[in-house]
Amino acid sequence: MGLLNFRKNTFKHGIHPPERKDETNGLPIRQFPFSPVIILPMVQHIGSPSEIIVREGQEVDRGQLLAKATGYVSVPIHAPISGTVRKIANVPSISGKMVQGLYLEAFPSSSQEVLEGKPIDVDTATQDEILQGIQDAGIVGLGGAAFPTHVKLKVPDGKHCDVLMINGVECEPYLTTDHRVMLEQAEDILMGIKYLLKSTGAERAIIGIEANKQDAADHLAALIPKGDPVTVEVVPVKYPQGSEKMLITSLLDREVPSGGLPIDVNVVVVNVATTAEIGRLLPHGRGIQERVVTITGPGVKKKGNYLIPIGTPLRYVLEQVGVDEHISEVYMGGPMMGVAVSNLDISIVKGTSGIVVFTEKEIKRDQKIYPCIKCGKCVDVCPLSLNPSKLGILAKFEAYDKMAEDFNLMDCFECGSCSYVCPSHIPLVQYFRLSKSIVRKRNAAKQAKEHAK
Amino acid sequence: MSIFIALAALGSLTLILAVMLIVANKKLYVYEDPRIDAVEDMLPHANCGACGYPGCRPFAEALVSSQVLPGKCTVSSDEGRMAIADYLGVSLGAEEKQVARLACAGGTNVALNRASYKGLKSCQGASLVSGGGKGCFWGCLGHGDCEAVCDFDAITMNAHGLPIVDEKLCTACGDCVEVCPKDLFSLQPISHQLWVACKNLEQGDGVLEDCQVGCTACGKCAMDAPGNLITMVNNLPVVNYSENHKTQVPIQRCPTGAIVWLDEKLGIVKGKESRKVIRKGERGVGAS
Repeated sequence: MGLLNFRKNTFKHGIHPPERKDETNGLPIRQFPFSPVIILPMVQHIGSPSEIIVREGQEVDRGQLLAKATGYVSVPIHAPISGTVRKIANVPSISGKMVQGLYLEAFPSSSQEVLEGKPIDVDTATQDEILQGIQDAGIVGLGGAAFPTHVKLKVPDGKHCDVLMINGVECEPYLTTDHRVMLEQAEDILMGIKYLLKSTGAERAIIGIEANKQDAADHLAALIPKGDPVTVEVVPVKYPQGSEKMLITSLLDREVPSGGLPIDVNVVVVNVATTAEIGRLLPHGRGIQERVVTITGPGVKKKGNYLIPIGTPLRYVLEQVGVDEHISEVYMGGPMMGVAVSNLDISIVKGTSGIVVFTEKEIKRDQKIYPCIKCGKCVDVCPLSLNPSKLGILAKFEAYDKMAEDFNLMDCFECGSCSYVCPSHIPLVQYFRLSKSIVRKRNAAKQAKEHAK
Repeated sequence: MSIFIALAALGSLTLILAVMLIVANKKLYVYEDPRIDAVEDMLPHANCGACGYPGCRPFAEALVSSQVLPGKCTVSSDEGRMAIADYLGVSLGAEEKQVARLACAGGTNVALNRASYKGLKSCQGASLVSGGGKGCFWGCLGHGDCEAVCDFDAITMNAHGLPIVDEKLCTACGDCVEVCPKDLFSLQPISHQLWVACKNLEQGDGVLEDCQVGCTACGKCAMDAPGNLITMVNNLPVVNYSENHKTQVPIQRCPTGAIVWLDEKLGIVKGKESRKVIRKGERGVGAS
């Protein structure tokens, strides 16, 4: 029975990294102080950058629209604080690129009241009105990918969605934002599910939660009114279960085809924090101006889950929570899929789910990279059943086209399981990230060429 | 006896096949200009693509069908090009030699790193990890992807981690232009001696914190330059090479030495007022 149950409730392969969640999962969400200066990049989401509609020197209220969406795959940006637009200039972003952005100086004694807009009532609004409302609120996937949520929710013609999946898995080590959101904002989540069910037309919703957050699952299950088509399902702990494709396999035993999207198997997956944000903002017509961020890691003195205004500079955040003097690496996102930051002047953006700080003690630097010994450990853990060993060897010889055509390189979502288990310390994920970017570049060039013909 | 049957059978089969081959050779013969092979032999066999053709053979075909002149091959020596021109009885075609030039002077002795990068020794790999750790986002990362990709050994990394192009060896094939993740290389005619060695789009002295030879967009070069030789675009001077650009006036007042004069004999010549870089060691990692 136990074995049967195990096979049914999870996906193939995967790893079990140390969770380290107990340091912050008992700490309630606290409001973070307002930084005197907010730095807002216009690229906080996947898609075209937002376009600034305020000018330098203008005074703005908290929640006011600062930048509008430019096209369908784009979202607006709202003021996270009341203050003055000090400068419109290039600001550093998490990708290392300089992007257009603005500096916002807070009014020192403002009550920081949030502007309200046109409410969207879940009972009377139409499908399109809800989708428009989600876009207008500037909501993107808060799990980390920052893909505009309204685009994801729009079910393409000829397809239909029967299951809405709320992703409360949070498989990334260290992070506990979704856990706390589920415990403290359960009503918002259930409200958000109503909006999402209506906008996707799904018949039922499943909230997927990993077994290490049983309290959150119990809490949510107790709050769901009888008769609602919403269920809570607990899945065994395994990384990377939080990936859409893995969660769909775990809960519904459906497999998203290579190169496909969840909607190809009639599912839409939305992160639990995103759902809570939709349930919180839409009834008031507000825009997103803050988010919950876990700040943790051995280098942090006051670990915890904080409600941080978007645009708060990382340097200010680290000053406020206090860091060890020997800090060596700072990650935005979790340690598995997050990005090591190279610049503390970047700011918290919509997709920042956590900040993990390591000291010199934890980081093993200058590990020697040995050749691949073809032990097959990476093949055993790849959740997509790719062959990271072969891909790694091909990447070394720059056979990028072969990787993409014969070994499904483009399906890799860079979960990092292969690098984690590799006994030769081969930076496989970095190889794949590099190969993917080169393949994408080549494909774009090829398309441009064909277009020119 | 049976051995004769076998011999006869195989012999006749050989005969039939041979006749078929002979007939096919005559019937299906495609005439190819013999000059193509001769011209291809005279080309350098680098297959670099600098001429715009996929390789030396297609270029030879184009030469023979007089779509292009021999001067287009920048890899051959002058004698080699002359030989082809003589052989085909065409003019040489005046193509000015182009070389790859790097628009960055931020070696480790002048440019600051915000973070030290550990990982794949590759600029392309490093640039994907939060930009690579260099203080200046636009600057050369110095892991030598260009050195590795160059088929002609024209690029070597100097002591400060900057690629140096040997203009004699460079064939302007464009491989380094393609591989650089920061788009710092471009192909320039060798006569373009006035050169802006910076791509930093920031303005003001803040630039100098990250790199002591960065362009601060002060605009002095544009002011001093005759006519419309230099215009400031996006906080960088842009040289209009169609104007008379044989003047060293614009570089003289540059405070940082971001705009330079590339002299054939003296190498990189900086303006009189530009600050001298004395530091030999690395500036290292620091908060800026």
